[in-house]
Amino acid sequence: MARFRVNGIAQELDIEPQMPLLWALRDELGLTGTKFGCGIAACGACTVIVNGNPVRSCVTPVSAIEGAEITTIEGLAVNAAGGLTPVQQAWIEHQVPQCGYCQSGMIMAVSALLATNPAPSDAEIDGAITNVCRCGTYPRIRSAIRSLTGATA
Amino acid sequence: MPMNRRRFLLGTAIVGGGLLLGYASTRPSKHQQANATLAGNAAPFLTTWLRIAPDNTVTVLVPHSEMGQGVLTALPMMAADELDADWNLVHVEQAPATDLFANGVLVKGFATSLGVSIPGFLDGLATSATMKVAEIMNMQITGGSSSVRFTGEQGMRVAGAAARKMLLQAAAQQLEVPESELSTRLSHVHHEASGRSLSYGELASAAAQFEPPANPVLKRPEQYTLMGRPIPRIDIPAKVDGTAPFGIDARPAGMLYAAVKTAPVFGSRLASVDSASALQRRGVVRVVELDDAVAVVADNYWRARQALDAMAVSFDSTANDAVTTQSIFAQYDQALQGELSEDVEKGDTPAAISAANSVVEATYRVPYLAHAAMEPMNCTVHFHDGRCDVWTGTQDNLGIRGRVASLSGLDENAVTVHAHYLGGGFGRRLPNATNTIDQATRIAMQFDVPVKTVWSREDDMQQDYYRPAVTSRFRAGFDAAGQLTAWENHYIGKNEPAEAAHTPYSIPNQSIAYADSPTHIPFGAWRSVAHSQHTFFLESFVDELAHHAGQNPYQFRLNLLADKPRHAAVLKAAAERAGWDGNLPAGRARGIALQESFGSIVAQVAEVSIGEAGEVRVHRVTCAIDCGRAVNPDTVRSQAESGVIFGLTAALYGEITIDKGAVVQRNFNDYEMLRLRESPEIDVVTIESGAALGGLGEPATPPIAAAVANALYILTGQRVRELPLKNYRFTAAPSERA
Ligand code: FES
Ligand code: FES
Repeated sequence: MARFRVNGIAQELDIEPQMPLLWALRDELGLTGTKFGCGIAACGACTVIVNGNPVRSCVTPVSAIEGAEITTIEGLAVNAAGGLTPVQQAWIEHQVPQCGYCQSGMIMAVSALLATNPAPSDAEIDGAITNVCRCGTYPRIRSAIRSLTGATA
Repeated sequence: MPMNRRRFLLGTAIVGGGLLLGYASTRPSKHQQANATLAGNAAPFLTTWLRIAPDNTVTVLVPHSEMGQGVLTALPMMAADELDADWNLVHVEQAPATDLFANGVLVKGFATSLGVSIPGFLDGLATSATMKVAEIMNMQITGGSSSVRFTGEQGMRVAGAAARKMLLQAAAQQLEVPESELSTRLSHVHHEASGRSLSYGELASAAAQFEPPANPVLKRPEQYTLMGRPIPRIDIPAKVDGTAPFGIDARPAGMLYAAVKTAPVFGSRLASVDSASALQRRGVVRVVELDDAVAVVADNYWRARQALDAMAVSFDSTANDAVTTQSIFAQYDQALQGELSEDVEKGDTPAAISAANSVVEATYRVPYLAHAAMEPMNCTVHFHDGRCDVWTGTQDNLGIRGRVASLSGLDENAVTVHAHYLGGGFGRRLPNATNTIDQATRIAMQFDVPVKTVWSREDDMQQDYYRPAVTSRFRAGFDAAGQLTAWENHYIGKNEPAEAAHTPYSIPNQSIAYADSPTHIPFGAWRSVAHSQHTFFLESFVDELAHHAGQNPYQFRLNLLADKPRHAAVLKAAAERAGWDGNLPAGRARGIALQESFGSIVAQVAEVSIGEAGEVRVHRVTCAIDCGRAVNPDTVRSQAESGVIFGLTAALYGEITIDKGAVVQRNFNDYEMLRLRESPEIDVVTIESGAALGGLGEPATPPIAAAVANALYILTGQRVRELPLKNYRFTAAPSERA
């Protein structure tokens, strides 16, 4: 039995301990907001927050997160006023997404960064946000993050 | 431009014979069919692409796929603007995948009526083995940067204007006043004199009784209320909260998952499979053998993949098992010595070259490239009750319907394609690139429950339809006065679009020709198609010529554009905005490049330096674009940014190599992508020339590689004639050259 909490709800799944969290979320729990991009921790599309840390769920076996509190894109805004977090609002404000496929992972990675470091420098942003966006929304991602940290573009 | 409008209306009338187009061509029978297709909806159908409901909402049906290019917003904006609809009351729906909404006809009709050639991407499909010409008439294709240019200009705007006219007629009747006393604003018809007004919703059913006008008057740009404004994209909210449905997210009840292993050498066949161990694993339902692949079907994707990876599979050897990148380029070199087919012949190039005072020669090469769309290829198929449902994100829903029907032997009307967002298209999800769909269909044919086939990133990287590897050779001659008099260019492969290797510069003698040199590597359209390689060739070589002539590369180009004022204006705009002649921090240089593609002209200036490890760093890109006018200026900017980063990723990293007949690269660790830290600042300048609308999704991709390479020459004295740049270790020249 794999036991962990997802978006505040306790889950108990009869799955193999080696199954990556990504597939437990998508195929077993039907939480498809978390995306599959590469399966080797090289793109960040599958990023979720585990106990406050950004984690690439495609290479995280469920055995490694026993008892952990997991937040996915679906649960990011549960406590947010207006149904969206400031990061999500900034994403709309700056019209960031194009195809949108990478954006769940981007938003999770940025949310995790800002939760621990509310005013990251450009270098810190570059170091922390290593997700791939094939559509090239990087300029807007940067301005959206800057708008949240008070820095000017 | 009344002239154009008349011709275009004429064109639409000609096309009218067989298609459903908003107005003149909407024959009553088609009208009813369209209504029936959208059954369950009682609102009258005013025109093909518009529906106005009694509650005054307007629904615009979009026959193109949203893949991040903003088409779900731009097309409705065009219709709503002509209609004078209240944007807050506009809903957008994806048109059902039935032939009543095919836009392939529209594109073809547009092309024939205006006497222009059929856009290259259609041409290719027409002649490719997988597509019959008849099928072209049955496509909802999203490619060739065509959506706004064709469907928008010829469909949406006309539909909106025609609907508005019919609403005015209905209001005139109802209010018993002449139509000339009426005006429209925010989804209402107003009679100012009496202070009365009626909502479109109130008028909709009466308006539907009127014959759609054959030639509705379109607005002049100064009358636009929506077009030209940065309207927020309607697909974005669902893309920040995880709810946007991509094909890979489909979960029909009872679904199983398939993982597939395909022959690594293209054209090879499955030889043997030992499925015993796989079948014993948890969740595995069946092993399915296909001609060139084997699939494991299980109750969870990871279980299917694990079982597949553990299975012993072998494939037949083929005649191509020894092919390598080197052998392909050697084959190209040989082909270029042989018979060539003419592309452009102007003046007497051999004579001009032998008479030349100096001749410059160069050979350029680019490698194969994969699309690497962010969403791995996938398709969910369910055969049941003599019917079939398909869930996938595709650039052509109708084309996929036809493909699944022909593979399964079902009638097209028995196949329903459920449209989804595309996690990137870039040409990979066009209807002549269906290997994933084909596999998914063949696997699902063996089940009566839905089966979702999901390719791994490795499958996606190794089973693509690649941007072809190409070699291009140049010779150019200058006369004694230093004038560029001769241009010879021999390259591999017929181009799509045909004009991709044509130079915009005024050169009296030109000889441009190509050699066919087929390989077993599948190829397909890759964002900007043949422009992606040829712009690198053309604009790098022109830069070589400028330096050879001892001229400023910007001035050199400008001097050759005397008869191309739009090109010259775009080049100037980019140079001026980038401060071409201005100072730069030490160790940086600027390069410039220019290209027209898909009806838009783009010039880019890249500001480049060399990093500590000899790597290329691009700090700033200025991108000037003339796409006629901007329907949604924010989308123009975002598409330009996207195009630059896509092109820059290819220039820096993009390289698919072939060894033992198969693709070597497997995933993002060996087919690298540009990331945030390397992403340059991008400054987009739009030029509203008022020319016919150009495309946006592709034109910003071609120039960037040459702009960067041209800057590198100034920095290092080294001319880059092969990509990608990751294969070089640059050192800055002791004194930078200006
Ligand atoms: S899918 Fe997990 S990092 Fe790419
Ligand atoms: S928005 Fe398409 S991959 Fe990022």
